[in-house]
Amino acid sequence: MYRETDIIQTIPGTDEMVINVGPQHPSTHGVLHLVLTINGEIVKKVEPHIGYIHRSIEKMCESLTYRQFIYSTSRMDYLAAHTNNHACAMCVEQGMGIEVPLRAQYIRVLMDELTRIASHCLWWGSIAMDCGAVTPFFLAFREREMINSIMEETCGARLTMNYNVPGGVMADIHPTFQQSVKDFVRHFRSKIDEYDELVTGNIIFQSRLKGVGKLSKEDAISYGCTGPTARASGVSCDVRKHFPYEIYNQIDFTEITHTAGDSYARYLMRLAEMRESMSIIEQLIDNIPEGDYLAKTKAVLKLPKGEFYSRVETPRGELGVYIVSEGGTTPYRIKFRSPGFSNLSALDHMTRGHKIGDLVAIMGTLDLVIPDIDR
Amino acid sequence: MTREDLQQELTGRFPDFTFEEGGQFLTMHVPAAQWSNIAYFLRDAPEMQFDFLFCLTCVDWLKHLTMVYHLRSYTHKHELVVKCQLDREQPEIASAAYIWRTAEFHEREVFELFGVNFLQHPDLRKLILPDDWVGYPLRKDYDDPINMIKL
Repeated sequence: MYRETDIIQTIPGTDEMVINVGPQHPSTHGVLHLVLTINGEIVKKVEPHIGYIHRSIEKMCESLTYRQFIYSTSRMDYLAAHTNNHACAMCVEQGMGIEVPLRAQYIRVLMDELTRIASHCLWWGSIAMDCGAVTPFFLAFREREMINSIMEETCGARLTMNYNVPGGVMADIHPTFQQSVKDFVRHFRSKIDEYDELVTGNIIFQSRLKGVGKLSKEDAISYGCTGPTARASGVSCDVRKHFPYEIYNQIDFTEITHTAGDSYARYLMRLAEMRESMSIIEQLIDNIPEGDYLAKTKAVLKLPKGEFYSRVETPRGELGVYIVSEGGTTPYRIKFRSPGFSNLSALDHMTRGHKIGDLVAIMGTLDLVIPDIDR
Repeated sequence: MTREDLQQELTGRFPDFTFEEGGQFLTMHVPAAQWSNIAYFLRDAPEMQFDFLFCLTCVDWLKHLTMVYHLRSYTHKHELVVKCQLDREQPEIASAAYIWRTAEFHEREVFELFGVNFLQHPDLRKLILPDDWVGYPLRKDYDDPINMIKL
């Protein structure tokens, strides 16, 4: 039965009341449940309740072999399944000492950057929609659709790619892959300028984001924020630069940082990252070396006894995979340090004192993906 | 600081602590009772400045639980892993939530999944699981005949 007290509670003796946002709320982009303490329209406290989509992937992985467990990680950050698989495959390779062929490294990096653009496209559409503009959502999906088609051609799937395996990638690239990627980049170069014209310069949009949800550099580090969220606060934390994996140390790209630390800085950060990703793709697409796409590995993988940690830069930040091995065919313990989990913990700090409407903008610029947080 | 320098520096200061041989990161074993002091030292000492706790987790070894803290310094670009062994029947350790704010959520997760009690934690409640959940799912001897599928 519907009871109003379930939705809104007042705190006796004060003007404050407690309301629930989510778990079924369009602005939370999934099943995130926020318990807000508010005074009028001012947010006093935000308490995230997570776990509505917790599948205990860490526990499941303990009974899956080193070839199998990678597939379950596609379901963590479903907008960047490729980078999740990448981190896991790299951790296994590191433990086994497998040398990945150069061709596979190029393909992986290309796919990573395509994933980043696709993920940021969806984010750009949804942040605009959170702030009240519906059209950008459709424009962003138009471009994202092109990447999904490229993925489908080569990986056979559009979202949960499962393309990385220990030792390389599962199949060689599609014969038309290079051409379609080049077509996409040429197309997207003109479209991203359109994004800027439509939304970035919009004065209403700017006033929704500027000065809202400030996160200082010290707080960003202390809350464990990574990715665009931390870089918008001036923390230089790009895993691709500081702990280069695959061929990132041979690529010419800059790590973009902003110092403002507000929602608008985080917005500019991701748009700039899309341009940077395009430049990385352009550097690589014509130079994919010939050779194997998959190293020869044993049928049954056994990691030596020990602990292994690998990290990649996903669109949302640093994803760490920590494997404890006892020498068997399955991990003894596995931990995913997901970027969204740490970024979410800063939400309370960033939102206090702002209005409820700003909460939506702040959440939008944090780019939360709930399955990534819950795991 | 390089790995060797860091180990030398820490050994000079804490001669009782043991270090693990090999491995990806320099790993130091610390008694759980001293963790709080060590954590403040690691964050604040000018030659350490481990300001970023990038991973916090626990491993169940059936005889005991081991807390694992992965630390990085943005200033000095060095990394360190600290491990604390806990009694499995009554696991207790000082909370690091006031030292690294990110620890607050990570410790709540470890609290519900492993049953580790974090002392002086600002808000130690279940985070992911429903409030009435019984047992600690990530422990090795956890058994749930209804919801768990054995592979």
